Amino acid sequence: MEQLLIQYKQILSDYISNRKEQNLYIGQNYIRQLIQKNVAPEDVINIHRKAIEEIYTQLPDTLTHAYDFLIEVMVQFGLQFREHQSLLVQQEELRIEMDIAANIQNILLKTEMPELESIDIGMVSEPIRKMNGDYVYFLYDEQNYLSVAVADVVGKGVPAALCMSMVKNGLETMKYANHNPSYVLEVLNNIIEKSVDDSMFVSSFYGRYDIEHGVFTYGSAGHEPALYFSAKNESYYDLNSKGLLLGVMPEVKYPQFTIQFEENDFIMIVTDGVTELKNYDVIESRNLLKKIAFPLRHLSAQKMCEKVYSELQKLQDYNLNDDFTIVILKK
Amino acid sequence: MELNIHFRKESNLLKVFIEGEIDTFTAPKLRDKLESFDIDPNYIIELDLSKVVYMDSTGLGVIVALYKKVTREQGNLKLVGLSARLIRLFTITGLSELMNIEVEVKVE
Repeated sequence: MEQLLIQYKQILSDYISNRKEQNLYIGQNYIRQLIQKNVAPEDVINIHRKAIEEIYTQLPDTLTHAYDFLIEVMVQFGLQFREHQSLLVQQEELRIEMDIAANIQNILLKTEMPELESIDIGMVSEPIRKMNGDYVYFLYDEQNYLSVAVADVVGKGVPAALCMSMVKNGLETMKYANHNPSYVLEVLNNIIEKSVDDSMFVSSFYGRYDIEHGVFTYGSAGHEPALYFSAKNESYYDLNSKGLLLGVMPEVKYPQFTIQFEENDFIMIVTDGVTELKNYDVIESRNLLKKIAFPLRHLSAQKMCEKVYSELQKLQDYNLNDDFTIVILKK
Repeated sequence: MELNIHFRKESNLLKVFIEGEIDTFTAPKLRDKLESFDIDPNYIIELDLSKVVYMDSTGLGVIVALYKKVTREQGNLKLVGLSARLIRLFTITGLSELMNIEVEVKVE
């Protein structure tokens, strides 16, 4: 403290005699050093008082009392300051934990994309924060079925990530890709309904493609309707379905529908991050998506997904406001 | 944008007027307000959404949570004054099949 007093007194008296901008600047830098050394605000005032007493030896007693008073008052500031410092440390610890959790999530929820000759698969899934609230799962088996699930958890961050792990585990219990979408959604609903709190739910699209017969069967649990493009008719169709969100009620039944896939047809499955664009309502966003994808239809499914993503990003000034997922299956 | 919520009791009806945007930031406020009253099976709780200009899935979560609570406690919940956009949201999510939703917009 003695050393600090000598330095401070020097800086202060330099300022009093010169009153230059440069002296103030030195003072500011000095205070920054004190903050780094965790010197409390009340201690700074104490140093100031001692320096003043040494510079002006004839100070009235009342001024000394006033300093005593100020120091007492500043103790409260000091307490706040120390609390703030410890919060910063805690925040840093939490940030590190979040990073680790996000890495674990990324490993656990990594989507494995099958590579098949008979159907072209593309996907882009970009989280808005560290943890992705969207999840895509593919399953392929030798009986020539490919199934795909696209899920979106309401809510963000850790609770959403935990919920997503449940979805993944539920899907993994399926083992084979030949199950009916209505059955898979029913199983997922029962798992989620039992385990999450009242305000949490998941929307999911589930599709199964019978590679040999070119039949696509799908069901939806409260998910944004997927888009089907018929190459023959050169037009899009909404894959509407009225299934309830997963996790709202037990024992829900999910209807399923089929379409016959023809050469060059494709299906676009998206999450609401794709259709809830700023300055566009949902219908406009969907029309925009159709318009963007149409001239890209001759590209590979992966290229199409990437192009759609970059186009929409550009349109939204590289500031999309939700997790963004698009999956394309193309014959 | 602000979210304003106020209540009015009319005979056996508890009207809840919601005004503004229901999103990630305002949803906790709505949840707190909706959790603040007891559910009485003799009352109908009516959420008036005619002044809701935007609602995302977090807002939907709050309403689903209320629906579940009301159903558990054998109360009645009704949603009125939904815009076309909100009707689409409730239809796609399958909630319109489940909940009591009055479609026409009310004239004040």
